[in-house]
Amino acid sequence: MSAIPTTAPTTGSREPLQVVLSAGARPARPSALAASRAFGWRALLKLKHVPEQLTDVIGIPVIFTLGFTYLFGGALAGSTQAYLQFLLPGTLVMTVVLVTTFSGVTLNTDITAGVFDRFRSLPIWRPAPIVGPLLGDIGRYLLASTLVLALGLALGYRPDGGLVGALAAVALVLGFAFGLSWVWTALGLVLRTPTAVNNLSLLVLFPLTLASNIFVDPQTMPGWLRAFIDVNPITHVVTAARGLLAGTVTAGQVGWVVAASAALTAVFAPLTMQLYRNRR
Amino acid sequence: MTTPSALAVETSGLVKTFGTTRAVDGVDLQVPTGSVYGVLGPNGAGKTTIIRILATLLRPDAGTARVFGHDVVADADAVRGRVSLTGQYASVDKDLTGRENLALLARLLGLSRRQAKTRAGELLDAFGLAEAADRLVGTYSGGMRRRLDITASLIVTPQLLVLDEPTTGLDPHSRNQVWTIVRALVADGATVLLTTQYLDEADQLADRIAVIDRGQVIAEGSPGQLKATVGAGALHVRLPDPAQRASAERLLGHALGVPVHPEADPAALSARVTDPDRVVGALAELSRAGIAVADFALGQPSLDEVFLALTGHPTGADDSSEEDAA
Repeated sequence: MSAIPTTAPTTGSREPLQVVLSAGARPARPSALAASRAFGWRALLKLKHVPEQLTDVIGIPVIFTLGFTYLFGGALAGSTQAYLQFLLPGTLVMTVVLVTTFSGVTLNTDITAGVFDRFRSLPIWRPAPIVGPLLGDIGRYLLASTLVLALGLALGYRPDGGLVGALAAVALVLGFAFGLSWVWTALGLVLRTPTAVNNLSLLVLFPLTLASNIFVDPQTMPGWLRAFIDVNPITHVVTAARGLLAGTVTAGQVGWVVAASAALTAVFAPLTMQLYRNRR
Repeated sequence: MTTPSALAVETSGLVKTFGTTRAVDGVDLQVPTGSVYGVLGPNGAGKTTIIRILATLLRPDAGTARVFGHDVVADADAVRGRVSLTGQYASVDKDLTGRENLALLARLLGLSRRQAKTRAGELLDAFGLAEAADRLVGTYSGGMRRRLDITASLIVTPQLLVLDEPTTGLDPHSRNQVWTIVRALVADGATVLLTTQYLDEADQLADRIAVIDRGQVIAEGSPGQLKATVGAGALHVRLPDPAQRASAERLLGHALGVPVHPEADPAALSARVTDPDRVVGALAELSRAGIAVADFALGQPSLDEVFLALTGHPTGADDSSEEDAA
């Protein structure tokens, strides 16, 4: 293990250590994209070494799709097939939205470890250590979306919007997830432990996903709850995704989600960067 | 008056407060280019805070810090392009392999994918980490992790390498390896700034030392100058018979010409010696008086002794007011 000579190298002789030190010429600084991509690569490497972290991505969609279809499908929609047709766009949204919490948890885990100090002391585009992992996370969201759709197709779900509709729905949901991720990265910089970030983000998301149009049509609910559901962004994402998958979407439905995604990014991305810069 | 370009680091009136604690309280440092500079002090003295300011991780509340003439706040990016920091807590990713850690940092420094792979390989070979290259860093021993950590700072040879307590917690063998790396770097023209709690380490490596206590520089100079302020070293004597300690204390004090202190061990005495030549004579005096000596040692003054001499209080005293400099 110890190939290093423990005596001091005499100046003049070219010890291997000095040869390797002299070879460290500084290259040109990487572009913002290259630096972000390197962080995205790191996220994927971690996925390779710690595949357990995919448990949520794989477990959540399977449990929700199977569970709700077969437990409540008959009672809620008359048949499991009819309910699946209604539910699947909802579980797609719910799954991806729940997986976004991971971005805040990872960031918090990172900054509490010493390695983040090294990243922050590198001459790279400042937002790269935050933006890079978020780009990597899009890979997670894509994986989760594919799983939900594949499971749905296997169970008999048929999107009337066809392949184009399905791709558009996934793209829309990913865009919203990207915007939402910034909320959790901001939280990840404010809270002290990864567990706290995880708990708080789930505490926010569970009411938002339950009090929405994911599982049932809100028509039968009391007026005050319907009022909440109408302003719940999750409802709008589900409506638009449902419309795209069914081929019945309106421009207004898609526009609302695009605007909401942009607004989330516009507010929480600068906030995250501000919090990141001001860490002591 | 030195020209700015001759200084790797220059701080003036540097202040950083955390709440009510002044972790760094008006520090002036001048680190000559091409030297090893040691910042010596106990836990909580403010060493880590100073280093974090120099690595642009913290903004000073007052005063200025320049690295090769570039201000750490106004010109942070230029500073980052010249400094590599190896923190006290492993600043490598434990969920990646050693090779991946180095390749990632190489990519972030601007090397191409192929160059990054080559560079990671040659560094792992040169630093004796080739065998462990493809294992997750989480499985490394403390010494290996520290070596990888330092290696990670050398992918691009920095003009200034900052090491925060590089050998704390390492076994003597790993410590020697770290020292070898530092010496090789300086031989190659780099400047090294390191913090340490060990006078021995500062003495072995540093050309100049600043002693820090409670956020202030309380002494600065070459190791020789510092030791001269403390005395040549410490004489420790242990007697087989504690009953003879009082008379031994009197005799030694007389023969050495310095105060002799009883230690916590009821049979032991110690003294800060100014003139090592008088030690032999003093021990002979004990023998002539019929006082047997179980063992004795003449060593370098410890950090505790340096502190006592410089501040009048031992290290770690009044810990309640100290910022945990982490």
